[in-house]
Amino acid sequence: MEESILGTQTEESKPPITSVGVIGWVKSNLFNGLFNSILTIVILYLLWKMIPPLFQWAFIDSVWYTNGKACRGIDGACWSIIPTNLRFIIFGFFPYELQWRPFAAMIILFGLLFYSRDRKHWTKYLGYGWIAGLFAMGLLMKGGLFGLSPVETTQWGGLPLTLLLSVFGLTAAYPLGIVLALGRQSKMRGLKLLCILYIELIRGVPLISLLFMSSFIFPLFLPEGVIIPSIIRAQVAIILFTAAYIAEVVRGGLQGMSRGQYEAAESIGLNYYLTMRLVILPQALKIVIPPTVSILISAFKDTSLVMIIALFDLLKTTQTVLSNPEWMGFSREAYIFIAILYFAGCFSMSNYSRKLEKELSTEN
Amino acid sequence: MNEELSKSIEDRSLDEAMIEIINMHKWFGDFHVLQGIDLTVHKKERIVICGPSGSGKSTLIRCINRLEEHQRGRIIVDGIELTDNIKNIEKIRTEVGMVFQHFNLFPHLTIVENLSLGPIWVRNIPKKEAEESAMYFLEKVHIAEQARKFPGQLSGGQQQRVAIARSLCMSPKVMLFDEPTSALDPEMIKEVLDVMIELAKEGMTMIVISHEMGFAKSVAHRVLFMDFGQIVEGNTPEEFFENPQHERTKLFLSQIL
Repeated sequence: MEESILGTQTEESKPPITSVGVIGWVKSNLFNGLFNSILTIVILYLLWKMIPPLFQWAFIDSVWYTNGKACRGIDGACWSIIPTNLRFIIFGFFPYELQWRPFAAMIILFGLLFYSRDRKHWTKYLGYGWIAGLFAMGLLMKGGLFGLSPVETTQWGGLPLTLLLSVFGLTAAYPLGIVLALGRQSKMRGLKLLCILYIELIRGVPLISLLFMSSFIFPLFLPEGVIIPSIIRAQVAIILFTAAYIAEVVRGGLQGMSRGQYEAAESIGLNYYLTMRLVILPQALKIVIPPTVSILISAFKDTSLVMIIALFDLLKTTQTVLSNPEWMGFSREAYIFIAILYFAGCFSMSNYSRKLEKELSTEN
Repeated sequence: MNEELSKSIEDRSLDEAMIEIINMHKWFGDFHVLQGIDLTVHKKERIVICGPSGSGKSTLIRCINRLEEHQRGRIIVDGIELTDNIKNIEKIRTEVGMVFQHFNLFPHLTIVENLSLGPIWVRNIPKKEAEESAMYFLEKVHIAEQARKFPGQLSGGQQQRVAIARSLCMSPKVMLFDEPTSALDPEMIKEVLDVMIELAKEGMTMIVISHEMGFAKSVAHRVLFMDFGQIVEGNTPEEFFENPQHERTKLFLSQIL
């Protein structure tokens, strides 16, 4: 009896044909109502007007492997600017015959990042792997040991510099931001005040002014003869800047935690440190993954500001190529290229954060 | 209801005090929430506290493991006095188990991780051993098959039983229950009370804030009535329910029974 009722129900509960499949989708998403139908038609018209010429410019009329002169006469894109200048865009002023070294360092970095994607690999051996990897990368970049000829940090540039500033900047800023957020919540008045002061001061100035300060004002306070490379000064400025923003996001997550979680942890005898590490932070940090990743993404892009203190990051090496008379005027192609590089970095971060959120979800 | 649940006076080691509270006061700002509490809880004694909301019952038991700080008087738990000494507080907390109205399980950990967290990090028991003992206590609260799930996947009654097991994993000497069944749907109250009755049979020292009068009658050695931050009266359940002394107690009982 009951089965037969259920049986008829399933048959009857099939949706009508017009609401499923391609037709159903088009109808409900593109043409539901007069306004949306007009909008769809207008957008389709604009796309039809824009896409074919863009395609024509980028792929049909374009040239890929010529010199700058050959580009002058054509209508399409001059992609030649990229293969011809690729090594300068990527490596900047790093000695030409030694450019395999930053290349190898980047391979190590990407390898480690890729391997670290999976949370199952997060063991102490991966930690050792990172330490060894960092040492190897530093050695490859700097040289001076094992017969590698030394390279001054002033010659570092391009993509390795951008990656260095962002990967180190972000990994150092994140724990610092957490500590600041905890400090701001602390019951110790002095510590709390210090953290608030730090966060508000840093958030109150633009990154550019911090970079200027680090490169022009800060050296005035150093004793005679002590020189800190400008890469390190920029790196520190980026870390300090990003940490203040992360601190505020993490504080938001901490405030979202219920009093009961603290009490439950305390009542089984966990001390403050263990309560934070095992109970509160894992939950609070998970809540704030999306805003944290937003900050990390914008910090990654902000590393391009270091060019104002004469560091040759990816953007600056590209502009340098464009100032060469042979390639002057092909900025569209060059900027599209580095936009793709930046996009790849940002998109993989946001993609990974979504994956992580999904993995950490404990609701069903 | 159960013959094994002995409530004879010989069962209690009257000379051994588990918890001593002497003239204890507490204020929330200007509000005098606890006004001179005197209470001695003996080893293996089971006490049920009832009273209207805002009477200070929760605050009283939260003072016992220092989730709230008392401002005057003394609290001595198993021979250790509660002071600002953080080491003493942590020691007492490992000996006093607490079960909350809203369970407060850790939602990011599986059930078995919830249970083994304390033993592993506070008692430094190896992970494997801690998980074995966690499974033992999950069996005891009849929920072992849920060990690998997350708290969000369990019903309220199941979560509360897990919370009880989590406290038991620390092998506490006293268990405090802060309205353990009042956030539960009616059909789940019994499964939690049954676990608590089993615990009582094993001789656990318990202080339970509850308005489950059937539970109080069958389990408690003493029932206390609190109002306006004071213990108005305390007596054996028989006397308490049949022959309440104070007007306020009578009024309260007439409202809830």
